[in-house]
Amino acid sequence: MITQSYVESLAMKGARIDGRKFDQYRDVTIEYGISPKSAEGSARVKIGDTEVVAGVKLEVGKPFPDKPDEGSIMVNVELLPLSSSLFESGPPSQEAIELARVTDRGIRECHALNFKKLCVKEGEHVWLAFIDIYPINAGGNLFDACTLAALAALHDARFPVFDGKKVDYAERTKDQLPMERLPISCTVWKVRDQLLVDPLPEEEQAANARLTVVTTEDNKVCAMQKGGTEPLTVDEIMAIVDLAKNKSEELRRFFR
Amino acid sequence: MKYTKRFDGRKFDELRPIQARVGVVKNAMGSAEFKIGKTHAIAAVYGPRELFPKFLQLSDRALLRCHYNMMAFSGSGERVRPGPSRRSKEISMVTEKALEPVVNLGEFPRAVVDVYVELIQTDAGTRCAGICAAALALADAGFEMKDLVAAISCGVVGDQPVVDLNKEEEDYEDGAVDIPIAVMPHTGQVTLLQLDGEIDPEHLRKALDMGKKACEQIADAQRAALRAKYTEE
Repeated sequence: MITQSYVESLAMKGARIDGRKFDQYRDVTIEYGISPKSAEGSARVKIGDTEVVAGVKLEVGKPFPDKPDEGSIMVNVELLPLSSSLFESGPPSQEAIELARVTDRGIRECHALNFKKLCVKEGEHVWLAFIDIYPINAGGNLFDACTLAALAALHDARFPVFDGKKVDYAERTKDQLPMERLPISCTVWKVRDQLLVDPLPEEEQAANARLTVVTTEDNKVCAMQKGGTEPLTVDEIMAIVDLAKNKSEELRRFFR
Repeated sequence: MKYTKRFDGRKFDELRPIQARVGVVKNAMGSAEFKIGKTHAIAAVYGPRELFPKFLQLSDRALLRCHYNMMAFSGSGERVRPGPSRRSKEISMVTEKALEPVVNLGEFPRAVVDVYVELIQTDAGTRCAGICAAALALADAGFEMKDLVAAISCGVVGDQPVVDLNKEEEDYEDGAVDIPIAVMPHTGQVTLLQLDGEIDPEHLRKALDMGKKACEQIADAQRAALRAKYTEE
């Protein structure tokens, strides 16, 4: 409670705990291939003190009956108790499931990955990309970190050899995944009447509303998720989308 | 068939390259990472903190609870299903037993100290790498410890005693014996011992002697990692 009123009173004065501007991200770094032997693709993303790792495993499976010529992705986020004293062991929390689903949607809906090109043999064999994301240190803004990490791991991935029957994981081809768009997530949080990005955990706790906006390089919004208990007006939503769009352009530059 | 040359060209008593670093998870009381070859473990310590349900509380000391987990993408081959398995539960337990003898938890009755071990990449020897990281994390957290704990797998490949088996050696077609051990480097006492395979006492003696020696090298790397953090501060 003490932190909440402190964060709020600072926000009303136009300041943040760590002295950043409201629309300023902490330093962002992306490192590729952090588990090169095991995962087909992997990456580590740091946003300030927040650190998230993601790995991609590629498996061959049967396509869904309604989409016989499409592969798919499966996104999973586990909020490791290793990364924060606030996370507990056990089945995935609502929070973890929301993170995974929003990350999934951002990638799926804008066709960041061309699912049709993941088809090996229609009706029989398609590639499935399992994207597993883990925070190593949860220091705020996991939403944006998870999407960045997932995208970076997908970009790092190379197909293993598939002979029509079995996948040989010991041997990897040079073929990259069919990546066609680059969706970037920017989550805007509202503390009192102030909008801000890339919150510290204290700021997340003090915020009453948040809106995650995932945008593509051609300025389309491909996923949104509102959280928190406080309502937002349409004007606020449009202001947030605008802010998110600008910030996403900035974040996109950290890529590659 | 005789195993005369190791798959990766190492000498029989040679460890894979080690990297140890302390203080890698800012939120934790203490943390460390330990890489040996391609096996990469991270450990973080939280606590002492309150323990629920209450019946688990110990009246004379804190409970040491270890949680070993492989990340879903960290295995060779297919994805590892997330969540606890029989294997991970057993490894968590032997990790606790390997560390308990060195940590003084008498100052914190009724509390719990949680040690989380995560594997980012695996190439055999994961429980040992996890124990090495966990021992460093406990030291980093500032617990009173009477010794470090260093761990390594030793064993026999074909009929050749070796240390630090990698996955290829564990799967050696003419048979391999895998013996993970953890050692308190000052006393030489063993706090973890498991064995998978078939071995005669003579080979066992040789393998254990090699393992113990290897643990001295590991302890040196662990001390260097602790020094690297605490001498600059």
